[in-house]
Amino acid sequence: MTLAGWVFMLCSLVLVLGLAIFCYVRVLFRPAATEHMHAPLDIDTGNGQP
Amino acid sequence: MARPAEHWSTRIGVIMAVAGSAVGLGNFLRFPGQAVNNGGGVFMIPYFCALLLLGIPVCWAEWTLGKAGGRLGYHSCPAILGALGRHRAWHYVGALGLLMPTVVYVYYVVIESWCLAYACHYALGRIDLGTAPGEYVARSAEFFRRLVGTDQDGLMIAGGLHPSVWFWIVTFALNFILIYRGISRGIERFCNIAMPAMALCAVAVLVRVLTLGTPDPARPDQNVLNGLGFMWNPKPVHAGENWVASLAEPKVWLAAAGQIFFTLSVGFGVIMNYASYLRPKDDIVLSSLTASATNETFEVCLGGLITIPAAFVFLGATGAVGGTFGLGFNTLPVVFEYMPAGRLFGFLWFFMLFLAAITSSLSLLQPVIAFLEEALHVGRQASVTILGLVTALGSLFVIYFSRDLAALDTLDFWTGNVGIFVLGTLEIIMLGWIFGAHRGHAVALEGAELRPPAWMFTVVMRYITPAYLLLVFALWCHWNAPAYLKTLAKGGVPLLSVGVIVTMLVFFLLMVHLASRRWGPLLARTRDVILVGGSEDRT
Repeated sequence: MTLAGWVFMLCSLVLVLGLAIFCYVRVLFRPAATEHMHAPLDIDTGNGQP
Repeated sequence: MARPAEHWSTRIGVIMAVAGSAVGLGNFLRFPGQAVNNGGGVFMIPYFCALLLLGIPVCWAEWTLGKAGGRLGYHSCPAILGALGRHRAWHYVGALGLLMPTVVYVYYVVIESWCLAYACHYALGRIDLGTAPGEYVARSAEFFRRLVGTDQDGLMIAGGLHPSVWFWIVTFALNFILIYRGISRGIERFCNIAMPAMALCAVAVLVRVLTLGTPDPARPDQNVLNGLGFMWNPKPVHAGENWVASLAEPKVWLAAAGQIFFTLSVGFGVIMNYASYLRPKDDIVLSSLTASATNETFEVCLGGLITIPAAFVFLGATGAVGGTFGLGFNTLPVVFEYMPAGRLFGFLWFFMLFLAAITSSLSLLQPVIAFLEEALHVGRQASVTILGLVTALGSLFVIYFSRDLAALDTLDFWTGNVGIFVLGTLEIIMLGWIFGAHRGHAVALEGAELRPPAWMFTVVMRYITPAYLLLVFALWCHWNAPAYLKTLAKGGVPLLSVGVIVTMLVFFLLMVHLASRRWGPLLARTRDVILVGGSEDRT
């Protein structure tokens, strides 16, 4: 295997694996926007309580 | 009473389903062959360019159109394109989104059943290539010929059902049982199990291949490192040139673009259908990118390190080159025959291919099921029955006309190659020019975990991707279509196969025509609903 072959192979693997790891970390370990962002009507101010 | 709307249960579920749709035989068999024949490692430069400028944009376009269509309560390609295009003609264009998955399913399920047959034969120790290594190649080819009946038409049903047909029946039934269970209980649940199982099988085979060393001391050149080099060393396409010259070869760019389009499962209408089951605030940008990254991991990191190096180690450079079927069903069984514990790894390999194929074939059925439910207002049972009958007839056509796989090859050419380019181009034009790039960007931003830059929609998806696609398609037709048209002119099975495609197209156009009468009055109502948060359509 030539040096150029190693370069192409390792660059391709790092690029693809890096993208996959980045994506899965974001998907699995960060809460979804819908879970940490709230529309005004979702926020209970307690004003409705007697 | 209206049926409850179907949705994905989890975000990882839809990612697994879309990735499962994309990961198929092409990742493990087609990609390595394309890379080796088009410059080795240097092939990855046009490959990644195509991924960035063609694959990811068309994926985002399908996800965006699907999500926007789902908000209106539509799940099928004709309904979504008609509603977002705001013209009845788009309903009929959307019929392509029914034709492609149906025809591809018809032959893909046959190939899928071969994978199951090989896996079972390996598990039961029924693949016998003899004791003389010199006979392995011939006996492997003979086994494949007998399994699929390439010698003569009608062999599969002559004098009773051939055992291969039973594998097809099991595969076909399994697909329809899973699809009958619906989006979250069928497709999502199965893909959540099948995708990790597939990854485990592939990693087990990868570890085996990478630890082969130099299995035959009499042939020290045939070792794993040289096998990897055969796959990844950059090389010229034409002998005597520098490998850099490969980058000036249009066919290399064309092969890379074709591989990206094929591998990401774009242009089938599948992603659009899957995305239509998302909720309004669900992310599509990160989910789309994650599904694409998963597919690329299977293709580059597993497919790129297993198939060619394994074939090279045992069979040398001449044995490691071949087409998809040649490499997968003729060459690799020989490799497993030489390999220590080859029976186990043969089973794992073909079982993994079977899982890869079934997650893809399931995705091909759902768009048509959704259409039948929308167009005819029938339940799941009726829609599954209608589609089952149509696809069973088509699939039996492929099984009967098995000589030289002429029917399968023709159906694959006109739908799996030509058709997906046509539909993919129409989808990107729909997003960039009809629905509107700014509006598409606004839909993508809703609930987005990653914020795509506006220029990705307004410049890349509006100008660069359509131009890239049209150029690739024109060049591809220029080089490939004449040979197929000549074959058609001779008549016989290829012409009959085109007749099958045309018949199915007419069937779907008629169904769309019936449905469009129902959808027509809804178009005016949807005109304003699709606006997102007051965003302006500047197209």
